[in-house]
Amino acid sequence: MNNFSNRIYVIGGIFVLVVLIFMIKLFNLQIVDDSYKLSAENNSQRQVTQYPARGLIYDRKGELLVYNQAVYDVMIIPRQVKRFDTLDFCKLLGIEKLDAIKKLEKAKNYSYRRASVFLKQLSSEQYAVLQEKLYKFPGFFVQPRTLRKYPRQSAAHALGYLNEVNNKEIKADSYYSQGDYIGKSGIELTYEKDLRGEKGKKIYWVDVYNRIKGSYRDGKFDKQPISGNDLISTLDIDLQEYGELLMQNKKGGIVALEPSTGEILAKISSPGYDPEMLVGRVMSKNYRALVQNDSLKPLFDRTLMAQYPPGSIFKMVNALIGLQEKVINPFTRFECHSGYHVGSFTMGCHAHVSPLDLRSSIMHSCNAYYANTFRYIVESPKFGSVNNGYDVWRNHVMSFGLGERLGTDLPNELRGGIPTLKYYLKKYRRKNLRALNMISISIGQGELLITPLQMANMCAAIANRGHYYTPHIIKSIGKEKGVDEKFTVKHETSIDSSYFSSVIDGMEMVVTGGAGSTGGLAAVPGIRVCGKTGTVQNAHVKDHSVFVAFAPRENPKIAILVYVENGVWGSRYGAPIAGLMIEKYIRGEISDSKRWIEKRMIEADLINQSEEK
Amino acid sequence: MTRRVSLIKNLDWWTILLYALLVFLGWINIYAAVFNEEHQSIFDISQRYGKQLMWIGAAAVLAIVILIVESKFYSAFAYPTYIFMLILLVAVLVLGRDIKGAKSWFELGPIRFQPAEFAKFATCLAISRYVTQYNFKIHKIKSLFISGLILFTPMALIVLQGDAGSALVYSVFLLVLYREGLSGIVLFLAFIAALLFVFTLLWPKFTVLLILVCTSLIVSKAYGLKWSAFVKAIMMLASGFALVWLVAKGLKIDVSNYLILIISLGLSAVPFLVHTYKNKLKNVAWAIFIVFGSIFYTFSVGYIFENILEVHQRTRINELLGIESDPYGAGYNVAQSKIAIGSGGFAGKGFLNGTQTKFKFVPEQSTDFIFCTVGEEWGFLGSSFVLILLLTLILRLLFLAERQRSAFSRVYGYGVACILFFHLAINVGMTIGLAPVIGIPLPFFSYGGSSLWSFTILLFIFLRLDANRLELLR
Repeated sequence: MNNFSNRIYVIGGIFVLVVLIFMIKLFNLQIVDDSYKLSAENNSQRQVTQYPARGLIYDRKGELLVYNQAVYDVMIIPRQVKRFDTLDFCKLLGIEKLDAIKKLEKAKNYSYRRASVFLKQLSSEQYAVLQEKLYKFPGFFVQPRTLRKYPRQSAAHALGYLNEVNNKEIKADSYYSQGDYIGKSGIELTYEKDLRGEKGKKIYWVDVYNRIKGSYRDGKFDKQPISGNDLISTLDIDLQEYGELLMQNKKGGIVALEPSTGEILAKISSPGYDPEMLVGRVMSKNYRALVQNDSLKPLFDRTLMAQYPPGSIFKMVNALIGLQEKVINPFTRFECHSGYHVGSFTMGCHAHVSPLDLRSSIMHSCNAYYANTFRYIVESPKFGSVNNGYDVWRNHVMSFGLGERLGTDLPNELRGGIPTLKYYLKKYRRKNLRALNMISISIGQGELLITPLQMANMCAAIANRGHYYTPHIIKSIGKEKGVDEKFTVKHETSIDSSYFSSVIDGMEMVVTGGAGSTGGLAAVPGIRVCGKTGTVQNAHVKDHSVFVAFAPRENPKIAILVYVENGVWGSRYGAPIAGLMIEKYIRGEISDSKRWIEKRMIEADLINQSEEK
Repeated sequence: MTRRVSLIKNLDWWTILLYALLVFLGWINIYAAVFNEEHQSIFDISQRYGKQLMWIGAAAVLAIVILIVESKFYSAFAYPTYIFMLILLVAVLVLGRDIKGAKSWFELGPIRFQPAEFAKFATCLAISRYVTQYNFKIHKIKSLFISGLILFTPMALIVLQGDAGSALVYSVFLLVLYREGLSGIVLFLAFIAALLFVFTLLWPKFTVLLILVCTSLIVSKAYGLKWSAFVKAIMMLASGFALVWLVAKGLKIDVSNYLILIISLGLSAVPFLVHTYKNKLKNVAWAIFIVFGSIFYTFSVGYIFENILEVHQRTRINELLGIESDPYGAGYNVAQSKIAIGSGGFAGKGFLNGTQTKFKFVPEQSTDFIFCTVGEEWGFLGSSFVLILLLTLILRLLFLAERQRSAFSRVYGYGVACILFFHLAINVGMTIGLAPVIGIPLPFFSYGGSSLWSFTILLFIFLRLDANRLELLR
């Protein structure tokens, strides 16, 4: 035996003492101190999420585009539901009894203890009536929510819409829980994190009769919601609405940019839809209708996702590359005898005087001129081979922001495509490419695919004489945060600015050159408009009508693309619509001398009444 | 065969029963803490209770293996095991994975493993071995130094991992050494030090010093200081204070009362010491020594607190002492934990009915704060029951330790009991706001394979030793 064996009592005593102190403290916490306990056995807490107000969206002039409207979800906790007067309840909510039973079952299947939505989006008036009688229906309570509201009912594609989060989104970001709303497209999607704010919560005591007894622990554990940031868009809503009006009953798109900043002034994809259609209880029904039952695909944003051949508007790019590589100069002339002929190969052209210099070639949109220019570029001896020549050409083209995503702040932008050398070599099974293999891309046909946004941006780059800013639709976030830095970066094209003037001369002649000019209907009295028509040939359906333009010639304020599917000539719809948009933006209204054009454009219907080819 | 029979006969089945009961109750509460309607099957290993069931199964196998091994093995391999664990502790510093700011986990595929948990039993074996060596004398500096080294090495390595809480456990070996003959004064000093630590943080420096001085005077009086000397001492101190204060005022030097008191103390201490030396008042000399030691200590407490402790450790201590109060921030865990436990009432809300649990108010509900679930769902009755159950196990271990013939087994048994007690005291203390928030598990209750296995190993090695309690192990 050890001398110190009685020390077990000291050590054991310390142990017992500590546990005794703990038990006294527990006794105090659990039995004596009432502040931690529920006042009645059946009392329970209810945690109500406080939804923050989602940020508002304004246009560039401060017009409100999107705001919030309060609605009320009726929530249910099946475990707390007692017998109640179903008939009365259904009458209050305006639903059928069978429907109510179905909803009850659904809630029970989801969870017996956790709250789920019983009926969505009561209006304020319905809520006012229900609120007074809610005490009769234990297990039910009301959760305020907000819905989006659109005072101008315009710009649906750009603004985007909200919907309930799906499971994937909940998994990806723990901020969301079942039943929350999240931006699914457009600005609502890209700027979701800025718009959503931060949720808060309020914890209440409720009694057996579902009455709120007060806030839990004096609101000590409540959290105030933080409102989302407001956004200022670059859109000019008046211009946007006017564009939508002009494009009604036509398929296609308009993109208008401010060349000096890259700001998107208007962005119309037609046919569009009323943004109010995708809000609230009617949403799922309308969504199905828009997606499934409409062959015109109104939800499809043509400005970002349609990839078209650009047609003759692409000729400016070829002319600039030719000038930069010094294979032509503004006074180079090429012959054109109703087209371009090499051996048995022929690419047609329309009737005009021959030969033409560079400026006139743009004005008359001569195909032969650009077939020649393209051949001179790719076959230039300084590149060693057509293969190398094509690569050089392609790099020049891509420096205009074509064939790659521009990186705008709208989702689902497609990249378009400039065919690669590899593609052609594979297609023709050759080691060495020949210029004639791909001659059709010299006039913007063939395998070239470009989105309307890219075409407008290309026009802005020409308007700026050789550089562009990434197009974007948000000017500033919240009160302080301005535009994202990546939108202030100047992107230079590979063409020296000195080469632009002759091409721009040609573009001005397109609009105001008199006899033989293709875009005369785009002219605006008193404003020097520079433009270019395009007529994109289609094998089976009518050709597309395309027009790009910018104005005024010096210090351009707007660069615009109009693409009207099956509009036949670029001069028929593209040019007049572009002219009207330019006038609307710069002047604010349409001069009387052009009213007849406006009327004709608004009334034109290419969807319901088909014209012969 | 007879050996097996005797093993089964000699095993302490009471302890095993207590162990099994605690593990079972722990599992029940983990189930409640993470209960989720979508996954109700107890075998669902995507959920913590399913995983814990696996860990429990593995712990049972581990226990059987430990019991099969010869008891001599544990004393013979005490040092090698200890060294091996030290190597693991170093290795985890290099190869470990960072989880919540602590680099203390190995990760092998899906399995995570925390060597700090297993270092406990290894250290316990090593210290038991060392303390029972022939040449060990508890009051020899060398012996104390080496036993200190055995404890301090793993402690330092664990602190380096960023897991200061797990390192603190080793301080409990002071109790084990006390049982082996360490002077009671050391325990007393440790207690005083803890008290002073708290006072230093709570009260102004001046007040603490004044209390110290008064206490030392009273103690000196009690230990034989004459009345005349006592009065003289007070006069001296008071006049010294007045003198220094006047001088400071006269010279217009801005000094705090605290500094004046220290200076006057220093002045008056000289004649006081001379007096005690002349009259051979040994106890009074001690008292004076302790006063000055304490003054130095209060200085270093301030320094350590402000400069060495990390911010979160500082705020946790401040929260505990009520110096800071921030129920949303640093104090959130404890505030929520107290609400959960407090709302349990006398008999609790019943199994799976804890609303605090369901709302996920309390963080770390299945690991460090598992006691909240007990408190909320089983009330005062249940939480007291669990406390008493754990206390019974610990006291039983003390009792078993005393009946060992071999000193090695006895020291080891004390080690096990003290480690369990430390975990109980800190873990439960933190959930009810009596101890600072230190993330260490509640034995057998908290979720986690590493901690369950480590406590199982700790306990069953002792049970194995106890089965051979009549043998002498060397």
